[in-house]
Amino acid sequence: MSILVNKDSKVLVQGITGSEGQFHAKQMLAYGTNILAGVTPGKGGQNTLNDRIPVFDSVEEAVGETGVDTSIIFVPPPFAAEAVIEASSAGISVVVCITEGVPLHDMIKVKQIVNQNGTRLVGPNCPGIITVDECKLGIMPSFICKKGNIGVISKSGTLTYEAIDQCVNVGLGQTTAIGIGGDPIIGTTMQDCLELFEADPETEGVVIIGEIGGQMEIVAARWANENMSKPITGFIAGQTAPPGRRMGHAGAIVSGGDDTAEAKIRILKECGINVAESVADIGTVLKTSME
Amino acid sequence: MKIHEYQGKNIFKSYGIPIQNGYVIENIEDVPATIAKVQKEFNTEAVMVKAQIHAGGRGKGGGVKLAHSREEVEILANEMLGMTLVTHQTGSVGKEVQRLLIESGADISQEFYAAITLDRSREMDVFMVSIEGGVEIEKVASETPEKIVKVWIDPLLGIKNYQARKLAFGLSLTDEAFKEAVSIFLNMYVCYQATDATLIEINPLILTQDGHILALDSKFNFDGNALFRQKEIAEMRDISEEDPTEIEAGNYQLNYIKLDGDVGCMVNGAGLAMATMDIIKIAGGEPANFLDVGGTASAETVKNGFRIILSDKNVRAVLINIFGGIVRCDRVANGVVQAVKELDLAVPIVVRLEGTNSEEAQQILSESGVSIIPANGMQDAAEKVVKAALG
Repeated sequence: MSILVNKDSKVLVQGITGSEGQFHAKQMLAYGTNILAGVTPGKGGQNTLNDRIPVFDSVEEAVGETGVDTSIIFVPPPFAAEAVIEASSAGISVVVCITEGVPLHDMIKVKQIVNQNGTRLVGPNCPGIITVDECKLGIMPSFICKKGNIGVISKSGTLTYEAIDQCVNVGLGQTTAIGIGGDPIIGTTMQDCLELFEADPETEGVVIIGEIGGQMEIVAARWANENMSKPITGFIAGQTAPPGRRMGHAGAIVSGGDDTAEAKIRILKECGINVAESVADIGTVLKTSME
Repeated sequence: MKIHEYQGKNIFKSYGIPIQNGYVIENIEDVPATIAKVQKEFNTEAVMVKAQIHAGGRGKGGGVKLAHSREEVEILANEMLGMTLVTHQTGSVGKEVQRLLIESGADISQEFYAAITLDRSREMDVFMVSIEGGVEIEKVASETPEKIVKVWIDPLLGIKNYQARKLAFGLSLTDEAFKEAVSIFLNMYVCYQATDATLIEINPLILTQDGHILALDSKFNFDGNALFRQKEIAEMRDISEEDPTEIEAGNYQLNYIKLDGDVGCMVNGAGLAMATMDIIKIAGGEPANFLDVGGTASAETVKNGFRIILSDKNVRAVLINIFGGIVRCDRVANGVVQAVKELDLAVPIVVRLEGTNSEEAQQILSESGVSIIPANGMQDAAEKVVKAALG
């Protein structure tokens, strides 16, 4: 078991003929991801990646011809929101949007639409999802992962890799790792992921990596305190971030309320989460949590 | 992205939101003619002089003043133009006033607050108004939250008339002023959508003594991710209001924010960059900056990163922290060595590379002949760079 994606996921790559799409589709295929189709409007009828993967003009067509149910999007920011809506409308159930720089007004609308359609959107501005040894639907370096019983949820890309690496170094592998993205509006939230991991029999513990800005970590922690049986290890980045400045991620900004690292760390602890104060301690704190 | 009050008011005008009329000046010689123009065209004796900087709290800092005669305006304008204005939002260094807005005075009967922004928790835009205008809204929110009326806007429907009416009723407006407020609120939302704003704030929005509604101020924030489709807004950017090093970093496609410490850092990924700053602090140092060099970390990127970090003369040591994923560490190591050689750096450099080919990378660094301190893990890296900065 795992969450969101596995070896049976039938994967579509939107923007497959672009340079990002080509590069990462190749990497995903090499990992064993079951890619069945690509979409690039205007290039339907071609085959790509050594003639292995058929390209379609629309998601609807790709679904009809190949039965894909999962999609990953490598489309430039001006067109990314529409790519998500197209996938959602065509009945794709899990959509990962890698694109960084999607306008906020677009995402506010997209979020409503995917909610109404019941589509599970991950991202945008995220590294994607990996279910170890089964399916990589993202851009993360897969070699760092090891099959195991820990679920990983993170707002950040390289910090996810850091956390995974430290897990492995203390002898703990992963079920699924999800980069949920660092934008102010994202599809799948931290709490959504915790709910999925709680229900997954194979996952025995979870690592959450958060940062300054917004209330998502707090909402997730409060939910977990009431509903979660599995131990959670947490880390919050941005203890030294100055208020009012956007720290790289569009959503990483202290703008009032309990959105500082300090407040989040305090509330996570109150909710029974084992918090690593330093990024170097994520692995050791996780190990203690799991003992 | 932020803009000046006078630019915001020009936008308001084009969306049918009534404002106080005035002109903006940059040169002190233009003051007498501008005063005369404002007084004549707008039929007023009283004139407002408002410093144009990208920060709030201008009134308290002495950047907004009312004058009752031409002589008084000239004295005020002379004082204000070129002054360094310090407000709670500028920090202690303040900002130089390069432009003044000279506009007609208003007969204020009541001051309100009106704003649209994103409510992250509800994932929708929120429109809020308050009868407590002209003061800091954060104060109203914490002390008398019942005085703020809010409506949340369904992004697929847009603002509805009943919502705009609810806001106007919330300000206890009647008659003509009520109708004007409803129209202003509807127009504000149209403007917010059309310009890809992330904040529109009018504080104060006023009721004049003869019963009309006017925007006395304007504050906009725009979504940087949407500027590709907002050419007119993008042209309003005033780079003299921004940190020159941060602008230079932006030209190199680097994400840099200057801080007050002496330990520089260069990291791939925003989350890891923040965590690196934090661990420098935990190890007893003070981070000098936030710098995310993105996914590639090539020799060119690393070189540009050094240029940016070392333009801050407080920096006494630099930590490079790269988690090599798709990008191989040996390539990054070669880039670092090349950059250190070419730039002939005088400060100690601590390098931590983790990920693909990290062992080869260590070898490249130790055999390079340049003085680089290799580190093993984040903890070791932080301790080494803090020690180097002290030494």
